[in-house]
Amino acid sequence: MKIIALLVSVALGVILLVATNDLPEWGDPQSPASTHLSRYYIENSMEQTSVPNFVTAVLADYRGYDTMFETAVIFCAGITVLTILRRSHRRKKKDVQPRPCREGQDIILKSAARLIAPMMQLFALYVLAHGHHSPGGGFQGGVISGASFILLSIAYDLEMLLSRLKERTIMFFSGLGVLIYAGIGAICLLLGGNFLNYSSWSKILQVSEVEARSHGMLGIEIGVFITVTFIMISLYADLASGGEMDEGL
Amino acid sequence: MANFLEAVLGQYNNWAFIILLMIGIYAMIAKNNLLKKVIGMAIFQSAIILFYVSVSLKKGATIPIIAHGHGHDHGAVAHAIDAASYANPLPHVLMLTAIVVGVATLGVALAIVQKVNRVYGTIEEDEILEKIKE
Repeated sequence: MKIIALLVSVALGVILLVATNDLPEWGDPQSPASTHLSRYYIENSMEQTSVPNFVTAVLADYRGYDTMFETAVIFCAGITVLTILRRSHRRKKKDVQPRPCREGQDIILKSAARLIAPMMQLFALYVLAHGHHSPGGGFQGGVISGASFILLSIAYDLEMLLSRLKERTIMFFSGLGVLIYAGIGAICLLLGGNFLNYSSWSKILQVSEVEARSHGMLGIEIGVFITVTFIMISLYADLASGGEMDEGL
Repeated sequence: MANFLEAVLGQYNNWAFIILLMIGIYAMIAKNNLLKKVIGMAIFQSAIILFYVSVSLKKGATIPIIAHGHGHDHGAVAHAIDAASYANPLPHVLMLTAIVVGVATLGVALAIVQKVNRVYGTIEEDEILEKIKE
């Protein structure tokens, strides 16, 4: 088996290496990947959406459908992990031996986590809100914000996190993010535009169509942020506790 | 030999991705432990992500964000944009997508591995096959 695997992977590698000879030179501005569509985005996205960050403009506006289903994929992954692992009946508390390390847990770790977590959440909001002008956006900010909750649940335990943030709340918000995204798109339909064409929001927001596209992008990024944050917490909580939702790691 | 070395060094980025790709696919096929297979999958994904990011590179170009783009005179900046001076944003967008899908598939894969371990008491493939035959 190992010999076959070695042969397959080496054969694949050789084929790909031969194929690399046909690739354009590395860093060539005239390579096929950098000419057709991406040139259009670079030259026009600022004029059409007033967002200086091309990546945000393409992600949230030109390829808005893609990103919407992307968010739906994360949501589905969260639900799938929940369905695979979650046990409906809890084991009785008496059966579970409290782990020895739980006693006298490190006070430095706890205090540090208490200090770091709010900073992380603030930074996550900055990354979200400043995604139009600097690297960042809903996915990146959401992961940072989710990580702050995961940090708390590692420093304390999962029970502490889940006593403040009920499982029901987590799943509610992860669905809400997708709903915000699709809702912003659907309101465009009601206002007479195409689905996810934010320029029709200009009628409500009282700004120009170009500005409306920029604001619409911020709106859907907020939806992505909420979904990613809560799905990250849900994935961690399920995987770390094996679906028990008890004390976690 | 000198020719070969030149060819390798001229395309060292592609060599790196292809070697990572080979490591990943070998781990996915040959490793017996399900967790190691999942790690192989993650390595495979990273190789492809790195490849796309390297495609987006242009010599002498900067990050795909317009410098001083958030002033009040949007229109004045817009018509002076040279496409060759910004990196290609499209592969970045596609890979942002791929990274997120990677996280989602990794989460689901880990959940399945945990479930397999709960049902069969092991994550070694041959031991699982034996238990299925019994």
